[in-house]
Parts: sequence; structure tokens; C-alpha cells
Amino acid sequence: MSSSSTQSSTQTLPDEVVTEAKLRWVDLQSGTFALITVDNGRDHTRPSTFGPQGLASLGAAIDEAVATPGVVGIGVTGKPFIFAVGADLSAIGVVNDPSIIEAFAKLGHDVFRKLGETSVPTFAFVNGAAMGGGLELALHCNYRTLDASAAGLSLPEVFLGIVPGWGGAWILPNLIGPQKALDVIINNSMNQNKQLRPAQALELGIVDAVFEPADFLERSLGWADDVISGRLDVPRADIDRSTWDQIVDGYRAGVEARLHGATPAPYRALDLVQAAKSRSRDEGFAAEDTALTELVMGDDLRASLYSFDLVQKRAKRPVGVPDKEHARPVTKVGIVGAGLMASQLALLFARRMQVPVVMSDLDQDRVDAGVARVHSEIDGLAAKGRVSADKASRLKGLVTGTIDVAAFADASFVLEAVFEDLDVKKKVFASLEAVVSTECVLATNTSSLSVGAMSSDLKHPERVVGFHFFNPVAVMPLLEIARADKTDDATVATAFAVGKELKKSCVLVADAPAFVVNRLLIRYLGEITKAVDEGADFDVADRAMDPLGLPMSPFALLQLVGMGVAAHVSESMHAVFPDRYYLSPNLQRLLDAGLQGVWQWGSDGSRTLDPKVDEVYQRGTTTLTEEEIRQRALNALADEARRMLDEGVVAEAQDIDLCMIMGAGWPFWLGGLTPYLDRTGSAEAVTGRRFLAPGIASVPA
Amino acid sequence: MKSISPVVFVDGVRTPFARAGSLFAQTRADDLMVKVMRELLRRNPNLPPARVDDVAIAAATQTGDQGMNIGRSVALLSGLPNTVPGYSIDRWCAGAMTAVTTLSSAIMAGAYDIAIAGGVEHMTRHPMGEGIDPNPRYLAEKIVDPEALLMGKTAENLHDRYPSLTKDRADAFAVASQDKTAKAYANGVLQPDLVPVAVRDLENGWGFVTVDEGPRPGTSLEGLASLRTPFRPHGRVTAGNASALTDGATGAILASETVARELGLSAKMRMVGFAFAGVEPEVMGVGPVPSTIKALDKAGLSITDIDLFEINEAFAVQVLAFLEHFGIADDDPRVNPMGGAIAVGHPLASSGIRLMNNLARDFQANPSARYGITTMCIGLGMGGTVIWERVEENA
Repeated sequence: MSSSSTQSSTQTLPDEVVTEAKLRWVDLQSGTFALITVDNGRDHTRPSTFGPQGLASLGAAIDEAVATPGVVGIGVTGKPFIFAVGADLSAIGVVNDPSIIEAFAKLGHDVFRKLGETSVPTFAFVNGAAMGGGLELALHCNYRTLDASAAGLSLPEVFLGIVPGWGGAWILPNLIGPQKALDVIINNSMNQNKQLRPAQALELGIVDAVFEPADFLERSLGWADDVISGRLDVPRADIDRSTWDQIVDGYRAGVEARLHGATPAPYRALDLVQAAKSRSRDEGFAAEDTALTELVMGDDLRASLYSFDLVQKRAKRPVGVPDKEHARPVTKVGIVGAGLMASQLALLFARRMQVPVVMSDLDQDRVDAGVARVHSEIDGLAAKGRVSADKASRLKGLVTGTIDVAAFADASFVLEAVFEDLDVKKKVFASLEAVVSTECVLATNTSSLSVGAMSSDLKHPERVVGFHFFNPVAVMPLLEIARADKTDDATVATAFAVGKELKKSCVLVADAPAFVVNRLLIRYLGEITKAVDEGADFDVADRAMDPLGLPMSPFALLQLVGMGVAAHVSESMHAVFPDRYYLSPNLQRLLDAGLQGVWQWGSDGSRTLDPKVDEVYQRGTTTLTEEEIRQRALNALADEARRMLDEGVVAEAQDIDLCMIMGAGWPFWLGGLTPYLDRTGSAEAVTGRRFLAPGIASVPA
Repeated sequence: MKSISPVVFVDGVRTPFARAGSLFAQTRADDLMVKVMRELLRRNPNLPPARVDDVAIAAATQTGDQGMNIGRSVALLSGLPNTVPGYSIDRWCAGAMTAVTTLSSAIMAGAYDIAIAGGVEHMTRHPMGEGIDPNPRYLAEKIVDPEALLMGKTAENLHDRYPSLTKDRADAFAVASQDKTAKAYANGVLQPDLVPVAVRDLENGWGFVTVDEGPRPGTSLEGLASLRTPFRPHGRVTAGNASALTDGATGAILASETVARELGLSAKMRMVGFAFAGVEPEVMGVGPVPSTIKALDKAGLSITDIDLFEINEAFAVQVLAFLEHFGIADDDPRVNPMGGAIAVGHPLASSGIRLMNNLARDFQANPSARYGITTMCIGLGMGGTVIWERVEENA
């Protein structure tokens, strides 16, 4: 690393929170040992990251340690709870000059690799979170110990749209073999950024020893002393290189089946791991520099950083919400309905809020079945050790059932989860209003009905709010909170406070048809079914969105949602926006034929068209290509998203994107939705303008 | 009722002692105690942790990180099973000593089989006198002399009571303490009882404390002579012939001898008896004299039976007063053979077990010795003495 490139990247990565490397000498029985603490001077809520200045500080500390006569070893550890979490990504998001990125990539290598190439043994004492470049720093050391309570161990680069490019893609497969390395680099990253448990890290051979937190560093230093003095031998497994390519090909096939080439990072990571089999250290690191630079200079990474920021920050501080001081305490919750969805909701409320939850339904049998379903779920949690026996008793005691609405009299928050029918819901609210206090929040889990219409006949419509969960409610992180015209600040604030207690990411939406996620999904699914109705092949239409790398193809999504629900919501949307929301007559035909989807899956996972589909599905004769269908779908999405912003359904495009990421699982590299519509030109072609300025979720000019 | 068994001192360890305001300044007191507790358990793998009947931890100031019932708290923080109870103890400087005698009493009564005693004092985080609220009657009714609460003044008072105990003798004793400590370090006999502690300070990152910070090897009489006497103009007590304000923690495993044998725990010494006694608070340093007389009397022993002495060096004059009383020479080799608190420091409530660790080593070094005592003076006018006996396995 030349000093000029260090300087250029120092000058151009702004606002670096500098992680300093503090060197202290400690006495071990084997001699004087250099202990380096990396610490950005903040508490654990701002983990230590590396920018150019932090790397320079680490490099200087290592150099000083190495140059000191008599030093018997070098160790690196972190501030409490944090080892280090890699590159300072916030700074990278604004860089538009590839030479700066390449210099930064090289600087990381040049500093970290000192630890793998010194004449004395080097140790990482991984005392807490070690993600990305932080874990790579540890991998460069000769030996690693790990705190048994460490949370946050991963190589999340692929999840974010880059590759483990500070040594990880070369060192890890050469340390533990390609299979285990790819489990971490590819599978965990692509599985919602799954973190390693300390025991797993030991089992995989990523670390050599795990010590309990109470005296982690003392034990680690003692362990290092034993290694240095030769009292302890640290065995490393031999790696079978004959099966290397075959293993990587297996992972490549898995990635391809899921992504269809939608985003480059996983492929680049696979290439690097494959080549690590025979590349020298120098070659491996140089290839990482190249891959890192190219990916950082791509829009996928910029969109991923944007998505990451939405999920980490905007989801926690929703925009346009009244101050939480307005929120009223919620001490008892009512759930109207005792069906499957209502039972899931009751369990969620009881578990997260620890207040009494009363479920109601029309007859005692349904109520009993609902309560029994919740109790059995709790027993299941207890059996798995997720809750203690005492906690299970407590939770079961919290969930009761009734057929008498009077049981809601002292509730402070009642959520209805009955059938999607406006008259039914109005009746429910009217009967509730007769018993609850005037301040009790009445919430509806409707997915497509008007909250305002539902509350129009109430004496106190100001306490009615939309509270729209996604299925399955325990898993899906999004909660759309819909404010109707008359809803007051206290009600909205209370709804957000409850949502936060439920550990959901809440987005404020207007009382508009189908809110955000369903409005967009139904519009785009309408375009797909329309294409098939016109004559497109099912296979072609279902592959049309493959280049986006969505979690599910259109027809698979229809099948998951259920043909009945899909038809019902499509009908209501078609009724409101007949020009834009296509209602396929074929949906009803499929339903009438008793079909819940068009695909059937063989035991080997192969997908074929259910033969009954062709018997009832009536199609035209127009042939359409994947690209044509995709273009229609993207144009429809661009049109609808723009309308939603114009109508004020949400405050900003960022909220649409957050909803699509959290509620529909749309990928980070699309930035949710609008960055992809900007990137592909659909936004400008259809609406005449972009959603986001160039440089936001894209590489600045 | 089961048969009564003698109590043995199975093992004891301590943190290195650090000067107040220095190496441990940003490390919690309970964390220091936890390191000791875990090292004790690690060094004695034959002890199933669930067999520990009780944990008693001493601290002179029981608030903050030395509060919240530090006995129970440290047991939980150390990873002992939650079935093991714990309590806190306070007898100022003799806290750890009292933890040992109180737990031993329970063992001798047959109530306990195994117990862990400890003491900690973080004099940085809890300066002497923190939060005290002396009853106004002390002064109004002259229940104690106003100087009784300032330990340095009580030491000056002791010089007054024994005019033959000159400043020169005190300084000579202090120099010898430094020399003996330096020699013990050079011979590697102090280090095995130390638990190294990783410490972090915000400025410098993590460090590793492996040895006592206090000792000043090479201290000379001339050097000591020049020190000022902060407690009295032209007085005799200086920072050089007194123990320094210090942070540290100690701990020990105690067991009924029968149960120790059953479990295969090796013992280092056997308790013979103990006593505590009171004196005028303004000359608290003389406390070890009556407590030792009482302990010897109860054990049916005489001072001439004692082969080894570990006397806490809160002040040189207080050790000299003890020696003078019993007619023992200032430089008698049986007394504090590895030096003492003047060199390593005196973290109040923890020092009692340091004396016991040292005595266990003294027995090893002196195969012909049969009896030894650990003794110390205690604020507000007390002394404590524990008599110990050699066990053959501690060779």
C-alpha cells in the first residue's frame, strides 16, 4: 500500500468514526506479549468499524509490536461486547470513484495481512460481535478464541451485496474447506443474514477455543501463553482439495435456482471460493480487491446499503408518527375472532405485551378451540425450551376466551380479525363501542377495506385505526398502521407503541385501498394473470420476474396467499380501480374447479402444470415474451407507486421500499422497489420522473 | 447429628493488589471477586460446585459494586449453580478473616461441609469512610476518642503508648518488608497464589495485571526518613511504614476435613481455633495482642508453640507492638517471611485471606513448623487471630 493511496482514501471517506488500535504490553509466562484493543470510543450501540484512519491506526500498532525486540506474540481484542464489525459502510455509499474503493480494499488487506505474516504467533481474542471485516481481521490471525456469549458472528457481505473481500473469501475456505466456508459466506448470508452461534463457530473450525465470558480475556491470554510456550498444540483439519470444485458447483446450483442471476455478489463470492483452491495468498487477495471494487461500484450494492439503512433506521423511527408521549397505556387486549389468524394474534400479543388477552367469537365451541390452539402453541414453545414452565403458565393464564362482548369492558386495545366484510366489521365495532371506554383503541386487521367507512357510524371514530399484519404474523416483521381521516394522535401513537412492543416494524399509511404491500402485489399479479389470459405460457409468465430474484414467482405467491383470498382482494381492488386492477375471470374458474393454484410439485421438486388447469383456464392466442410481461409488470408497479406517493398513501418512496422489503420480502439489491424502477428506466418511462435522486440507492454520477 | 470434623483450608487465591486509582481503577469490585471465585473452582476440579454450602464475601463498604449482597451476587456472577446461597460480611479490615471463621464455625457445627470465603475492597471506587454517618453520641458522650476513626492517627497513638517503638524501628521493619517481598517474588513463591486479571481502561484499552503493583524493591532507610508524616507534625507514621490504599480481592475454599478427604480435595492447613477481641478504638493497632492471647488460651497453646506468624502490616508500629508484647525480635524470621502489606498493600476486607495464603506457603517452606497464626488489627479497636496447624499433605 503506498502512502498516497492511503491518503487519497483517507481524504475521501467522510465522517469516519475512527476505530483506534491501542497497544499495551502484558506479561505472560512465555514473555512480553503485545495486546491490541480496537475501540472506536463509543459504546456498544455504535460498534467499531474500519475506515482508512482506523486501518492506519491498526497498521501502526501491529508494526510497533512486530518491531519490538523480545515480543513473543500479538493479540487483538475489542471493546466490551464488540470485536469489530468490518468496513465503515456508511462512508462507502457516497463514493463514486472506483480508485478510492480499490485503494480502500487494498489498505484493508495490507493491514490485516500483517497479522498472518509476522514472525511471532498472532491471536484474535474475539470478545463479541465479529461481522464481515471484523471476522476477517480475526481470520488473518494465526489463532482465535471466542467469547461464549458473543452475538453477531457472520460474514454478511453477500447479504449486503459484496463479497468477504478483506481476506475472508480466500482464507476461510483454505482454513475450514469450501463446504463449511460456503455455508457461512453464501447460505447464512442468503438466509436472512443468519448469525453463527459460538458453539457452531468452534465446530466449524472458525475459532480454536471458546471461553465463558466471566473471564474470557484472562483465559484467552492463558491459552495464548500455552500455545506460545508449546504446552498446547492446536490441531487443524486437513482439507480435501479433490472434491473442492464439486462442492462449489453444488452451492452454485443452489444459488442459481434461487436467483437466476438476479444479483452478482453471490456469484462473485462463489468464483472467489472456487479459485481459492489453487490461488496463492497474493492472488487471492488481489482477486478480492477486484471483486470488491466492481461490486461497490454497482447499483446493487448501493441499493442494498439503502435497504439496510431503511431496515436498521427508518423501520425503528417511523416517519410522520405523533410523539410517543401521546400513547395511552395498554393493559388489556381484546381480539375479536377466534380463528387461526386471531389465535396467532392472541399469542403474539400475550407473548410480547404480557397483558391479559381475551378472544371472542360467536359460539363457545369456536372460542374454546381458539384458546386451546393458543395454549397448545404455548406448550409447544415450552417443550422446545423457548419459554420456561413458569412463563408458559403465565402466558396461558393471560389468554382467555368469551362469547360475551362485555368481557372487553376494561380492555384498552381491541383488534378485530373477523371476515373481510364491511357490514360485519361495522357491527363488530358498534357492539364493542357499547361496552368499552371512550378511549379504548379499536383496531382492524383488514387488508383491503376502508377504515374510515368501518368507523363512520361510531360515536368515537377517532379511536379507530388500521392494524394490518402479514401472514404468518409471528414471522413477518411488517405492520401497516393505517390512519383514517378522523383517527386522532393518541390513537395513532398508541397503535405505534403497541406495534413496537410486538417487535414489528411499523409504517404509517393512509386509509387507502389495500394500503401499500397488497396494493402493489395485487396490481403486479394482475398484470401477470392478464398476460396468461391473453395467451402467454404459464411457464413464461411465471419466469418473467426471475431477473429480480424475488422470493417467490408470481404463481407461487398466488398459491401461498390462496386462490380464494387472491380472488377476493382482486375483486375489491378492481371495484375501486377498475381501469388499473385486472380481474381475471380465470381466478373464479380455478376456484370453482377446486384448485388452489396452477402448479403441482413432484416428489423430486419438479414443477408441472396441474392438468386440471388447462380444462378450466381460458386463454387467448397472443404470445408474449418474458421480457414483455416483465416490462408490463414493472410499468404497472411504477405507475401505482407514483400514484400512491401522489395520493399521500405514505410519506416518501422510502416507506414503499421498506414495506416491500419487510412485508413482501423483496430483495435488498432492488432497494425494495423504487430504486429498481429508477434503475431499469420504468419510472421515467411511465411517470416521467425518478422516485429517488441519482446517488440515493444508486452510484452517484 | 453427624460427627464433628475439623476445618481445613483447602486452597486460597487472590488478585494481584493494585494501588488505588491505578490499574483496577476502571474495573468493578465484584468483577475482581468473580475472577478469584472462578480460579478457585478451576484449580479444584474435584470440588463439585453444587456441593458448596455457602459463600460469604466481605467488604468494608457494602454499596454499589460491593453491595447488593455481594456474597450471593458473586456466586451468581461466577457461574455457581443458583442452588448455592451467599451472604455478605463486614468487620472492616478483618472481613475476609471473619468470613473464614464464621463459615468454619458452621462447618465445625456440622451444618456445612464446604464453603467459600472471600473479601474484596476497591479503595478507588470506595474510599475509606465513604457514606459513613457516625452517631453524634460518639463525640458528645466521648464514647471514642475523635482520632479513633482516622487510622493513621491511631498508629501515631500506638507510638505514644509504646515509646520504645521508634520511627527508626518502624522504618527498618518497612524496609525489611520490601526486601522480603522482593525476595519472595524473585523466588517465585508469591506468584502461584495470584489470579491474573484483564483490565480495561478507556484511554489505553485492555491490559493484564499479573503481579502486585505496590512493592517498591530497593526501598532504603534514607529514602523512608525523608517522607513526611501526614498524621501529625513531626510524627512517626509515613506512607513508607504503612500499607497503601489498595484494590484487590481474595478467596478461599474451606471444608470439613472428612469431606475434603472424600472428595479428594487436598488441604493446605487445619484450623485450630480463633478469637476476636476489642481494645480502645484510638489504639486499634494493639488489637492483635488480646485476640492472640485469647485464641491461644482457648486452644490450650502458648505463644512459644507458634512457629510462624502472618501479621497484617497495616502499620509497622502495630506489628512491632505485637512483637514487643510477646518478646519477639523485630526481625524474627518466623514473622511475615514473604513480607506483607507494607509492600503489597492492604485492600481492607480482603487482607485476611492473603495472610492465610501466605501462611500456607510458609508451612511448605518450613517443614518443621507445626503451628502458625494469622492476625490483624481492626478499625474501631479490635484484633482477630486464627491459629492454624500443619497438615502433612501440604509439603
